Amino acid sequence: MRKYSVFAIAREAMRAHKGWEAQWTSPEPRSSYDVIIVGAGGHGLGAAYYLAKEHGITNIAVIEKGWLGGGNTGRNTTIIRSNYLYEESMDIYEHSLKLWEGLSQDLNYNVMYSPRGVMMLSHNIHDQQSFKRHINANRLYGIDNEWMTPEQAKAFVPVLDISKTARYPINGAALQRRGGTARHDAVAWGFARAAADRGVHIIQNCEVTGIRRGTGGEVQGVETSKGFIGAKKIGVSAAGHSSVVMEMAGVRVPLASNPLQALVSEPMKPIFPCVVMSNTVHAYISQSDKGELVIGAGTDQYNSYSQTGGLQIITHTLDAICELFPMFRRVKMMRQWGGITDNTPDRSPIQGVTPVPGLFVNCGWGTGGFKATPGSANLFAHLIAKGEPHKLAAGLTLDRFRTGRLIDEAAAAAVAH
Amino acid sequence: MLLIHCPYCEEDRSELEFRWAGEAHVVRPENIAAISDEEFAEFFFLRNNEKGLTYERWRHIHGCGRFFNAARDTVSDRFLMTYKAGLPKQPLPVAEKFAAIAEEKSVETWEQTEGDAR
Repeated sequence: MRKYSVFAIAREAMRAHKGWEAQWTSPEPRSSYDVIIVGAGGHGLGAAYYLAKEHGITNIAVIEKGWLGGGNTGRNTTIIRSNYLYEESMDIYEHSLKLWEGLSQDLNYNVMYSPRGVMMLSHNIHDQQSFKRHINANRLYGIDNEWMTPEQAKAFVPVLDISKTARYPINGAALQRRGGTARHDAVAWGFARAAADRGVHIIQNCEVTGIRRGTGGEVQGVETSKGFIGAKKIGVSAAGHSSVVMEMAGVRVPLASNPLQALVSEPMKPIFPCVVMSNTVHAYISQSDKGELVIGAGTDQYNSYSQTGGLQIITHTLDAICELFPMFRRVKMMRQWGGITDNTPDRSPIQGVTPVPGLFVNCGWGTGGFKATPGSANLFAHLIAKGEPHKLAAGLTLDRFRTGRLIDEAAAAAVAH
Repeated sequence: MLLIHCPYCEEDRSELEFRWAGEAHVVRPENIAAISDEEFAEFFFLRNNEKGLTYERWRHIHGCGRFFNAARDTVSDRFLMTYKAGLPKQPLPVAEKFAAIAEEKSVETWEQTEGDAR
């Protein structure tokens, strides 16, 4: 792999940009691998990358039904933060945030991580108490998070309506300055390029249709649309389709797949400096570097794999956006899409071993998996290599639904996760 | 927005009037204090989450207020039938119907039939 640098740009500029090489290869699958990862999103590609980089395992295939980064990695609203309430969550999201900070250098790929700040609006006394509890928990744990008065919030986000007569009055806000956004496609592409450079096979347009198991119940490989591919270890990182893939190995996981929608506006000049979320009226919004307002809506109430969603969900979010930021009322929305999120009963992810020897699972990231991409991938790689979870992910086991040791972020983070 | 037929009101109404209420035909164990942790986790947390035909409960919360059951395709979101609560799991009217319905791309929505478009 040729390194990307200012010299590479200069060199290519001299020869009409004819020397750029493909970022990753598309090899035919071998008959078997040491590790197969199902799902080439950010989490799966990242796990392959960290397996190769930190654990010396390079005989890996990442198998993807569609194209890499074409699922939720390419459909989310790219929000990064780590201001969660519980230690298990703070551990993994803060681990991830620290990796985000050096990810572009590490991958030699500009993932455009932008720590522009994530502000969560408080509208009532309950929000205020809950956010201050979060802030205190975060600061005690070494994670930045601070309380702002409405005036301070307005100074940070000038377009915010903090008037007393607003439909959703604001009585303060919590701000995590290290939070922000990144370029979602670049994350998938950067991990894919760096993993392929280390010998990882990325096999796209190849659907896993079954998981073959031996006499002792252990995994032997996967049946795919390109035939059987053997593997000693399989990591499932299939987001909304995790239930479907795990069912192939006879493992039931406590997931509900729900559509989640997002939309972007026409591009505008820079107007919005950070990410603003309001859990209470359910709106979250940021501005991409292209200038589009990126807006996240809610999940539909029913299980679905349709990658679409109800129009009333979007209008509900836009109602709130128009009240909070009156000047956006005349902005035209350009595109809308949906992805399928995999939600657990406690709204915290599942990463761990399964009852099937050799089968590992990384799922349940629900509506907030993007921010966790490097951290989750890094710890998933550790899990696959060592056969047991890293201590930062030790609480995320599948077994917690039997023991009752849940990580109840559902109440802590409400809906915007 | 889905268009849902309430089997009690016998009307097609918009999804706004309904609340999804999870998988249908989940039976609460009678001896719940005696079952093992595995059995409790199964009853309490594990749901089918099917890709394709699913049986689920809905509640007509802003209408008659009653729970009922529905069979729906989770890929197209098309309702195949709804039936009253308490009835056993109903077979689909015609076995081939599901496959035929799954082939159809478009789903009748509230917007098309009742909303501004009309």
